[in-house]
Amino acid sequence: MTRFIRYVLLVVGAAVMIYPFVWMTGAAFKTFSEATRRSLRLFPVHWQWQNLADTWDGAKFDLFFVNTFWVAGWVTLGVVCTSLMAGYAFARISFPGRSILFIIVLATMMVPFEIILIPNYRLILELGWYNTYKALIVPWCANGFSIFLVRQAMRGIPADYFDAARLDGCGHFRFLLLVAAPMIKPTLVTVALFAFLGTYNSLMWPLVVTSDERLRMVQYGLVVFAGGEGAQRFNLLMCAAAIVITPTVILYFAAQRYFQDSALGAGLKG
Amino acid sequence: MWTPIKRHRDLWSALVLLSPALTLLGVFGVAPMVYAIYLSVYRFRYGTISFTGAGNYQRAFEDADFWASVEVTAYYTFLVVPATLLLSLAAAMLLRPIGRGRGALRTAYFLPYITSIVAAATVWRVILNPQFGMANALLEVVGLPAQAWLLEPRGMLHIISGGRVPFEWGPSMSLCCVVLFEIWHSAGFMIVVLIAALANVPREMEDAARIDGAGRWQLVWNVTVPMVTPTLFLLAVVGVIGAFQAFNSFYALTGGVPDTATRNLTMYIYAMFYENQQIGYGAAMASVLALALGGLTLAQWRLLGRRVYYES
Repeated sequence: MTRFIRYVLLVVGAAVMIYPFVWMTGAAFKTFSEATRRSLRLFPVHWQWQNLADTWDGAKFDLFFVNTFWVAGWVTLGVVCTSLMAGYAFARISFPGRSILFIIVLATMMVPFEIILIPNYRLILELGWYNTYKALIVPWCANGFSIFLVRQAMRGIPADYFDAARLDGCGHFRFLLLVAAPMIKPTLVTVALFAFLGTYNSLMWPLVVTSDERLRMVQYGLVVFAGGEGAQRFNLLMCAAAIVITPTVILYFAAQRYFQDSALGAGLKG
Repeated sequence: MWTPIKRHRDLWSALVLLSPALTLLGVFGVAPMVYAIYLSVYRFRYGTISFTGAGNYQRAFEDADFWASVEVTAYYTFLVVPATLLLSLAAAMLLRPIGRGRGALRTAYFLPYITSIVAAATVWRVILNPQFGMANALLEVVGLPAQAWLLEPRGMLHIISGGRVPFEWGPSMSLCCVVLFEIWHSAGFMIVVLIAALANVPREMEDAARIDGAGRWQLVWNVTVPMVTPTLFLLAVVGVIGAFQAFNSFYALTGGVPDTATRNLTMYIYAMFYENQQIGYGAAMASVLALALGGLTLAQWRLLGRRVYYES
């Protein structure tokens, strides 16, 4: 295969992948009548910048964005802490029952979220956490996949480091914080990125454990907007979708320097 | 050599390090699952609860809607997983040797994966809108009849064959749209993982095969691909687990309509749980789903696992 054909195939593939985003951006700034006309034209004849302000106010994004960043920030911090600690223990400390515990941790990945939704909802009621930020944050502060990724990365650190630190009298906690954590930075950034995106993109759980609109997050805002004002005005609906997508794209580009293939690849090598 | 005192201290460290994660996973992951199994042997009706033993499980076996949702789940899984794996492998292989523009291309492929399913589905629904959607505008240009896309419950084969195949055969057109959406949305993850796996394949091995006269496709199929089989296998397992539990894309794209053509198992369980308040029955089906998933993962491990090539 020549280089030329290779590039053509890749560019066509990439165009298919980003086509919906380009289309969305175009439609977001069209007039209503232009957006609902069957045509192949991607970009508006006259860009309607006013759409952005109309959508922002109509969907109450001010409040929803503040909530989302607050909740997602705490979840990210929680996931990074729990998986760093547990991943280290699973990789580097030998204790009885280690493999069975690790298998249980992996098995939690197989439990469909929709199935434990009802029992968890009842639990939240019992704890008196209904309509609190705690209900949105605490249950998501640990997950099997992140622990798995950190454990794999920890196993990649040569044993000499551990032995040397141990000889120098360095305990597990100091070693974990000062040596191991900085060494697996790409993995930690990956874990943090996934934790943030997972919370940012969640819809079902916040709907189930909150009823107070003051606690609601952006995905809910988008759904409500889609069912209300946006059900008719497709141009504004596309604008709302664009507003919701933009922060995750910015975040991805910011983290890209650390988020390398290697972090996920090393974790999933088996 | 470790002294007993050191071992003792290790145990304490492990306990402290593990307790936050294990507490959270136990309380919000394992316990609810056990609770769901417990609920599955009870019957909830008009506010009363009665013990029914295997009654809910028996009901599932006799429920035509349950089997219809199993069929949707099966079509979905066996369309999404192999297609996503093959396309991702192809993209990763194509991306591998190029230098210029690699980062930009990789970002383009990864972009759908990081966007929320709700937002992406909103965009797809407008593109696939039967009245003014881009998809039908495209068909119009090519000279094909407009389609209902997500709102079309008839079989894909029926439509492509011009009506020669009965409409109830095979997956519906609306299900195929959900499948396409999912491939588009999740390929980026697999591509990134496969790029990393391919980067670890030693060049010397391929060079040696080339010198020995291996053709281009021989090289790909007999040298490069076998080296990444562990990764492919793991992605297949993760992919099947994800496809079996798929909910968000169904919920956001179709909500299970038209005519339950896109009501998969999790959508059906969800409907039983929340709309009909049939908590025991929903929990029984959920337990069946979890059991089937465990069995399938084990089967994959035993059937495919031994054909995977591992280094050293």
